[in-house]
Amino acid sequence: MQELINRAKELLANGTVARVLGWKKGDLSYNCEPAFFETAEDMENFVYDGFCGANLSKYMIEASKLEGKTLVCLKPCDSYSFVQLMKEHRVDREKAYIIGVACRGKLDIEKIKAQGIKGIESVEGAAWEDANDVLTVKTFYGDKTCNWSDAMLERCHVCKGKEHVIFDEQIGESRETKDADRFDRVAEIEAMSPEEKFAFFRSELSKCIRCNACRNVCPACSCRKCVFDSTKFDSAQKANTDSFEEKMFHIIRAFHVAGRCTDCGECSRVCPQGIPLHLFNRKFIKDINEFYGEYQAGADIDEKAPLTNFTFDDVEPGIVAERG
Amino acid sequence: MLKIEKQKLSALFSKIAEDKDLYLPVKEAGQVNFAAWTEEAEVALDTLKTVKSPKDAFFPQSENLYTCRGTNKNIQIKPEELCDKAFVVFGMKMCDVKGIEVLDKVFLADPVDTFYKARREHGIIVAMACNEPEETCFCKVFGTDAAEPVADVATWMVGDFLYWQAKTEKGEALTKELESLLTTSDANEDAAVEAKKAEIRTIIDKLPYSNLSLEGWNGDVLMEKFDSPIWEELYKPCLACGTCTFVCPTCQCYDIKDYDTGHGVQRFRCWDSCMYSDFTMMAHGNNRTSQMQRFRQRFMHKLVYFPANNDGMYSCVGCGRCVEKCPAALNIVKVIKAFQE
Repeated sequence: MQELINRAKELLANGTVARVLGWKKGDLSYNCEPAFFETAEDMENFVYDGFCGANLSKYMIEASKLEGKTLVCLKPCDSYSFVQLMKEHRVDREKAYIIGVACRGKLDIEKIKAQGIKGIESVEGAAWEDANDVLTVKTFYGDKTCNWSDAMLERCHVCKGKEHVIFDEQIGESRETKDADRFDRVAEIEAMSPEEKFAFFRSELSKCIRCNACRNVCPACSCRKCVFDSTKFDSAQKANTDSFEEKMFHIIRAFHVAGRCTDCGECSRVCPQGIPLHLFNRKFIKDINEFYGEYQAGADIDEKAPLTNFTFDDVEPGIVAERG
Repeated sequence: MLKIEKQKLSALFSKIAEDKDLYLPVKEAGQVNFAAWTEEAEVALDTLKTVKSPKDAFFPQSENLYTCRGTNKNIQIKPEELCDKAFVVFGMKMCDVKGIEVLDKVFLADPVDTFYKARREHGIIVAMACNEPEETCFCKVFGTDAAEPVADVATWMVGDFLYWQAKTEKGEALTKELESLLTTSDANEDAAVEAKKAEIRTIIDKLPYSNLSLEGWNGDVLMEKFDSPIWEELYKPCLACGTCTFVCPTCQCYDIKDYDTGHGVQRFRCWDSCMYSDFTMMAHGNNRTSQMQRFRQRFMHKLVYFPANNDGMYSCVGCGRCVEKCPAALNIVKVIKAFQE
């Protein structure tokens, strides 16, 4: 990590970049926050460790409007979001100096707490230099240990790989974390009866408190004014007749980001109610792959997206009726 | 003090539910929130913090105010009926009880909010001491003692028993109704409860936020804090979502809207968030046009405006839900600290 800090300071000092977009140390060992740094002195609070899960690409929409270049730290999976935002003309490549930072899988404090670990004083082993396989969690109720892989965000178990799809330079060596197939759970849900599916989605989506965290964190949700925030239409829902009405919000959002969602997993990471929102997006990705051939949003700046392209090989709409 | 075996709690719940609604922490799809008790409900009394606070019991996220039906000049207006059934909120922690005190200041002040008042009159709070406080808790900063519940009934979970002490008339009445299930504790057990209280307080003293200083935050520093350049730095990671406001036990802002039912109008109110771009939208537009202003509003309200209007009472109770849930890891503690650096 020192290498990253040194390089960022150097680029700030020689005027290549006007600011650095990275993560700032929190006041607990796991609550670092996305932050901009403008001086070498600011950089004292810079951190890059296991808890830097936040995808910084979306912050580049605003940073693209600022004077000068912004050095942005992107993990391999974040770089897909950046390319996708470039394709949509929402970020300016010329305003970004991208350091592709290596990743060893990111940690989810909720997963640590879900193991019954309470009252956390510190989490040791999460620093970039350590990145141990086992974390030592000091708590007010005694010391606990926890495997890194058991504390990892869901998205890291289905990691897209160690390669950055866009960067100016790369720092560090990534670690392989993939140990599952991202479509397994989708396939399980597909195999459910309509009643089981309905019950599953009702139990999950009824928890929604409509905080909009999933939408606001989503790099694919970059509309200046979301239809759900507009006072001009009846779509501005702030309340529902029943708790399951939230399904409309989530389904509409999933449709809107279909073909553009890179599966970065931020929606599920930030949901305060732990709703596995990524499953909606993965269903669309799986269908797109089956209908139009393998496609990864954000992988290639020039590739045409299946849903905004036409080829004679495209499936006919009747496929919907045939497949059920 | 009275007591009941933990194993017999379901009998207690079913007795309460005979003629009252009962809300308590229930695990649904992996998350624990206050919900109505049923025989099948997976009760999770060990949970320190529910995702949402229990304020829904008194101030629901969404509620109807009245319904209009009819055409042309023939319109019938049917007001929504007020709560007229007693209900029990079981297992509230002291931070959340204090949250209700904050809501009282808002909704019971003139003009009184009749919907809220009816719920307060019919609600019975059975509070529970916090067994295992966590690093995100900072109720002590606001003078709260998590070991000593102050509500209609105070309870402690120690060993295999729940210890029970009525604290108000409402609490006495509820206790009387449940007397067949409660037995009297002996001196040893009372001592064990006292020991538990001491244990809780020892942990709380060690928590990282327990010594947070509120110096410099009061109703008299309005312009100084409002004009500070610090906000411009602090707000930047904010995603403008409403997580902090919706999990908060004291956030009380709501919007009133009309729903076109096809044959009339349903007027309802629902929680609103000062983080949202259309919050307090008026005909001329919005009086807060940037996210910095919206962000500032939330903390100024909790730490400056509210104490200015309520004899120094802050509208933060230190539950720490925003600390746990903010997607960008921002929270009121970081704000308070930033002004002290």
